[in-house]
Amino acid sequence: MAASNQSAAAPTGMNVAVGEPLVRMHGVNKYFGSLHVLQDIDLTVDRGEVVVVIGPSGSGKSTLCRTINRLETVDSGTIELDGQPLPAEGKGLARLRADVGMVFQAFNLFAHKTVLDNVTLGPIKAKGEKKADAERHAMELLERVGVSNQVNKYPPQLSGGQQQRVAIARALAMRPKVMLFDEPTSALDPEMIKEVLDVMTALAEEGMTMVVVTHEMGFARRAAHRVVFMDEGQIVEEATPEAFFTDAQSTRAQDFLSKILTH
Amino acid sequence: MYLSELTSRLADGFLVTLQLLGWSMLIATVLGTALAAMRVSPIPPLRALGVSYVNVFRNTPLVVLFLITVVGLPELNLLTGSFFWRAVTALSMYTAAFVCEVVRSGINTVQVGQAEAARSVGLTFTQTLRHVVLPQAFRNVIPPLASVYIALTKNTSVASAFGILDLTYQLSDLIEDFPGSLYWNFISIAACYILIVAVISGAAALFERRVGVSR
Ligand SMILES: Nc1ncnc2c1ncn2[C@@H]1O[C@H](COP(=O)(O)OP(=O)(O)OP(=O)(O)O)[C@@H](O)[C@H]1O
Ligand SMILES: [Mg+2]
Repeated sequence: MAASNQSAAAPTGMNVAVGEPLVRMHGVNKYFGSLHVLQDIDLTVDRGEVVVVIGPSGSGKSTLCRTINRLETVDSGTIELDGQPLPAEGKGLARLRADVGMVFQAFNLFAHKTVLDNVTLGPIKAKGEKKADAERHAMELLERVGVSNQVNKYPPQLSGGQQQRVAIARALAMRPKVMLFDEPTSALDPEMIKEVLDVMTALAEEGMTMVVVTHEMGFARRAAHRVVFMDEGQIVEEATPEAFFTDAQSTRAQDFLSKILTH
Repeated sequence: MYLSELTSRLADGFLVTLQLLGWSMLIATVLGTALAAMRVSPIPPLRALGVSYVNVFRNTPLVVLFLITVVGLPELNLLTGSFFWRAVTALSMYTAAFVCEVVRSGINTVQVGQAEAARSVGLTFTQTLRHVVLPQAFRNVIPPLASVYIALTKNTSVASAFGILDLTYQLSDLIEDFPGSLYWNFISIAACYILIVAVISGAAALFERRVGVSR
């Protein structure tokens, strides 16, 4: 289960050595009422590692992702970030969240703020950065994700792909240690999926630690060090993308792959 | 003679009504927003306090609140200060309960993803409310909030029964002193209230249009 050392086979383009554990989940259990959504989850993500989480709908992928920055609480088990257990509440928790970037399926850009203000809000309010510094950094990031010509627009005026790239810039503006992506391209039209995946691939190549819930096989093959397959609240299988897609061991994973690969 | 007396009393009453309204509106808005924040906070005792406040103050007749703040509490040496401020206290406490409910309904219209995104970039609960949730919540409740302020405008007239020289007090005085101009007395006082209400509605409409542009 503790597969952190399987990640040695880096994909092409990696320029940062995979390092010590950054996210460590141990024996994590979570219930929604009587539904056991996370069952004894053990997962370690090393610094610089890209982990793709895959599995059927309702298997607990989003919940797993959301427990890492404590948008969901857990009922038992421990989660550590960079050696520190997650604080329960208050300022400590806010500080921890500043180190964990999150990108949502529905983008969730602040609807009443311009693109630029979306990106600078966190650095200014949570980190106390000066407005000018925050804006300079925001412009760099917006340029990097290719939306620097839209900075004064409001989110509803942008396409879905542009909104999601702004959301990535907003998360990066906090200079996070790890980035979580929960189905970042599922709400996008096909022609916009690539522009978002390209940004994510570039990020992976720069050595960002990433946990990505996605069904984009191309991205998993290109950027992931490891694929984690979940079903019914359990981690059923972990492998390199190559091994997982060509030679899944469990029947549940084989079933799942046969379903998604046939269309 | 009547005309000059009418205008000078109207002016006096108008000023007092505006002061009652202005202070009560300000205090009720701040207090009501704080109560709404308590009602959505993760801390159960705060939530309970918010709920109790609304239940008590929304369900107590305004006149009873005036009796408490103007007569009752000063009797116990709990609320000293001028009649004016005691009246403002009653009006603010009462109106805050309504502001709270309106703001809370506004908070509920803001998608939960907005708050999650704010927390994800490291904002605390209070910062999330202040910078992300409340600005959007207020935009969504401009009309009902305006209704609360319009009700407050009319409620300020209760103060006249407690010796505050507002518009309504001036009306009863005018009726007594100029019984021959009964209609003019009523019409002119009504016009003053209508003017205030029109300004509130106009401002609300203006805000709504401005906010609509950025959406
Ligand atoms: N807040 C909640 N309250 C109750 N049940 C929930 C809640 N959130 C999720 N669930 C349930 O928990 C299970 C796991 O949900 P989760 O969203 O983690 O699945 P998922 O793998 O991300 O699915 P999908 O691919 O559809 O996004 C589902 O059965 C879901 O209905
Ligand atoms: Mg999900």
